[in-house]
Amino acid sequence: MAPGYYTPAFMKPAPFDYHQARSVAEAVAHLGEYGYEAKILAGGQSLVPAMNFRLARPAVLVDINPLDELDYLEEDGDTLRIGAMVRHVTFERPVTEGPTGRLLAMAAHHVGHLPIRVRGTFGGSLAHADPAAEWCVIALLLDAELATRSPSGGRDIPAADFFQTVFTTALEPEELLVEARLPNLAPHTRIGFQQFSRRAGDFALTMAAVALEADDGPVANARIALGGVSDRPVRAGEAEQALEGQPATDESFRAAAEIAAQEFDAIGDIHGSADYRRDLVRALTRRALEQAIST
Amino acid sequence: MSYVGSSVKRIEDRPLLTGEARFAADLSLPDQLHMRVVRSPVAHGRLLEVDTSEARSMDGVEAVWTGDDVREVPPIDFRMAWVEGLERFRQSILAADHVRYVGEPVAIVLAEDPYLAEDAAELVFAGIDELDPVVDPMAAGPAAIETTVVEKAYGDLEGAFGDAPVVVEMELAVGRHSGVPMETRGALACYDPLRSVLEMFGAAKVPHHNRAAIASMLGLPLGAVVLREGHVGGGFGIRGELYPEDVLVCLAALRLGRPIRWVEDRREHMLAANHSRDQVHRIRAAVESDGRIRGVIDEFWVDQGAYLRTHQVTVTELTTSMLPGPYAWPAYRSRGHVMLSNKTPCGTYRAPGRYESTFVRERLIEVIAHRLSLDSSEVRRRNLVPPERMPFERGIAALGTEVTYDSGDYPGLLDRTLEYLDYEQLTADLARRRSDGERVGLGMGFFVEKSGLGPFDGVRVTVDEAGQVLVVTGVASIGQGVETVLAQVCADALGVGIESVRVRHGQTDDLAYGMGAFASRVTVMSGSATLIAARRVRRKAVDVAASVLEADPDDLTIDRGRVFVRGSPGGPAITLGEVARRLRPGLTAGEPGLTAEGWFTVDHMVYPYGIHAAVVRVDPDSGQVEVERLVVAYEVGKAVNPELVHGQIAGGAAQGIGGALLEDFAYDESGQPLAATFMDYLMPTVAEMPDVEVLLLEEAPSPANPLGVKGAGEGGITAVGAAVANAVAEALGRPEEVTRLPLGPERVRRIAAGVA
Repeated sequence: MAPGYYTPAFMKPAPFDYHQARSVAEAVAHLGEYGYEAKILAGGQSLVPAMNFRLARPAVLVDINPLDELDYLEEDGDTLRIGAMVRHVTFERPVTEGPTGRLLAMAAHHVGHLPIRVRGTFGGSLAHADPAAEWCVIALLLDAELATRSPSGGRDIPAADFFQTVFTTALEPEELLVEARLPNLAPHTRIGFQQFSRRAGDFALTMAAVALEADDGPVANARIALGGVSDRPVRAGEAEQALEGQPATDESFRAAAEIAAQEFDAIGDIHGSADYRRDLVRALTRRALEQAIST
Repeated sequence: MSYVGSSVKRIEDRPLLTGEARFAADLSLPDQLHMRVVRSPVAHGRLLEVDTSEARSMDGVEAVWTGDDVREVPPIDFRMAWVEGLERFRQSILAADHVRYVGEPVAIVLAEDPYLAEDAAELVFAGIDELDPVVDPMAAGPAAIETTVVEKAYGDLEGAFGDAPVVVEMELAVGRHSGVPMETRGALACYDPLRSVLEMFGAAKVPHHNRAAIASMLGLPLGAVVLREGHVGGGFGIRGELYPEDVLVCLAALRLGRPIRWVEDRREHMLAANHSRDQVHRIRAAVESDGRIRGVIDEFWVDQGAYLRTHQVTVTELTTSMLPGPYAWPAYRSRGHVMLSNKTPCGTYRAPGRYESTFVRERLIEVIAHRLSLDSSEVRRRNLVPPERMPFERGIAALGTEVTYDSGDYPGLLDRTLEYLDYEQLTADLARRRSDGERVGLGMGFFVEKSGLGPFDGVRVTVDEAGQVLVVTGVASIGQGVETVLAQVCADALGVGIESVRVRHGQTDDLAYGMGAFASRVTVMSGSATLIAARRVRRKAVDVAASVLEADPDDLTIDRGRVFVRGSPGGPAITLGEVARRLRPGLTAGEPGLTAEGWFTVDHMVYPYGIHAAVVRVDPDSGQVEVERLVVAYEVGKAVNPELVHGQIAGGAAQGIGGALLEDFAYDESGQPLAATFMDYLMPTVAEMPDVEVLLLEEAPSPANPLGVKGAGEGGITAVGAAVANAVAEALGRPEEVTRLPLGPERVRRIAAGVA
């Protein structure tokens, strides 16, 4: 008996119901109906593997891929408005002329591998809230505002309040993230982005994103955000303060990096202990600052 | 033209490249059931009960079986056994009273579709009374089970160590990693009433052995079981061994009278298929002040995991017997403790025992050189087996045969390699880069491989009446290029174009005997058998042609399938197809058919050898190691297909870098695996790989087989761990502190900072 040559449908996830949303209102209505039972399917690059491992077991999937109304980029004065369904790959080339676009492009190249970037979305990454996700770090660095819609209306959540712990955000179960608003950094803002992963394309063990002004003299408006090192992306506030008004020198950068390495609750895993992550923060923060000032 | 020695394109690639290939998961049969294995979630415990009632009550679930349902099936036996009395450590196909590792099969669900089978499997409840696990058998004290100790020794150790000028002692360890082929395991079994046979598709590596084992376990006559190998997406030692799931699909097909299909998912693969390596060595060398080694004493512990599987203690056996490598140490003893733990059981993985022992030996050489302020190449040279002592009898046995290095010029290979590297210039360049602040270093590892394990293999060559040639072999094709290599040998020996040769492998009803594809044996054994069979067919063809052409057989030659008088290709001729027609039954007084079998048997293995050299650069901030260059100099006697040898070496080198820098099946203290997905078990990607530079040498053909070949399947990996470790040690200026693989960035950073 010769076996036939066809592959049966082979589903890995636990059973779930599937709804394809035709509008934001409809998606939000589904969320209102199912609450905690439901998960939004955007690019699916984190959710679907988690479902295949049966680590995530949503009873209902609400697919928002058809929603073109969430796939937009708009510059609105000093603000860059990013629709939740914009794919990572969009940012590989600067989407604005200023430093914000360049910073997004620097980070975009570190997001997974190309097939992941083609499919995964900006909003999905923020809502998933992996502490090592590039967009979460950038959102925190730039004090982004995250806009939601829900059956009762919607609200704007500052990035600093949005990320709560691993895979956990301020989003309520019936709330859909629809837009991220990033400030367009002043044209003379210097930026740096550094990350370390064990292999190309892996989740970062540590990343450091910085923005500062230092054209003629001391450092101003220093921002430092770190990813992959704690249960959420973190701002290195004390290091930022330490830099403020200092000359942009190796010495001040080293000092700031040293402070940054100490001011968060570090996590460890099989790829690197908490102490090792502090070592990486020390190195990458310094490198990101040097990168910012030298470009 | 001669096919042997030229880089003929792989004849097996068309279906692979056009998507027509049939891997295990591509196969289906009407009315099939799908098997899902319920696995232990804990590392160690007493199995109190397995409640299957809820799963069984689901629509579409045909059966759910536990250990109680398969008690009559004996444990999986050893395929290779070197020590007696270890039967009690074998694994049953379903756990009976205890579970001993996370992933151990405790039940199976058989259902109408795989989705349903997976859903139902979640409803099977295993009641387990948890026991303390052994995660580190060296630290576990009396809780650790030592199954046996394998010891090999020769020479006067007391004399060697008695008044030795220098004694160097080290502890060195290699982590737990494994083959992880691209294709996970899978099987489709059915009972065919027409032929009264149980047939299993999805076999690989050792179909003939597994056929016998399954027949024996299920109480069937040998002739009632047929195993079929399809396309196989990589073997590396682990794919194709007999595992519980293979036996379970066969048993279920027999009992239920329906085809049973099982496809392993990747997470299962990481938990259930063989792991390997995982050794800790304490090694001591007595050394003269000029670097000549008087004797070596090694003691090591192998974390074998929860059971002894089909390889029994093969890896320990190979480690003890191959540790001396290329060196003529006058005295040596190695003692390997085979320890059980509550982890996935281990088997062989590409260069088993040699990857580990080469790391240990070549780190030792490096440290000896450092202590004596000598160049490590010079220390190697002073200890190599000299060419005039070939064939070199080690005085110990491995895998039941005496270790006798068949041929070689080890110092010659060292010279060639140093010359290729432009050693003086390279070391000067690296020293200059170091003085400029870069952390760069060169490391080398010299190794001896073993290959061509016997005792036999056979091939049947048949020419049909259209002149098409079929080579049937008992070995297996796991992606390494078997079809092409055997076709090359056959085409040359028979005098036909390679396009008229087909090769069939891995079907147990094709040929009564077959040893399989492991131990770099296929080209040596089956290549030689092909040569023998093809020469016999040629002889037969020439004899028939001689009578037709009224010529002396000795004057005839065969070219492109035509037999004619040598030197007169335009003269009278007869094709091999015509010869075959004249050999129909009734037309010939002799054996009908233009066909012959060839069997090749050996008592000894053959020993290829090589050197790996790595140049690395370490980022001192992160500890990340970048391999800038990887050179593999390898003496294979004769390369039947140089391009395929290159491919074997490059692939092996990639896996070697994985073991050196990335791959590690880590466990937590409760025995939970921490690297059960590709997010945590890090295999190198093309971004982590340098171009592998291959210096392929064919200067020491083996006298032990008619092709002069030595196996080339494993030498790409053997010394990568050693070379990279030695390079990192040099880069960091920490000659003695690099003692453990893999060299992940945190470990390297600690070494660099001097806090290892």
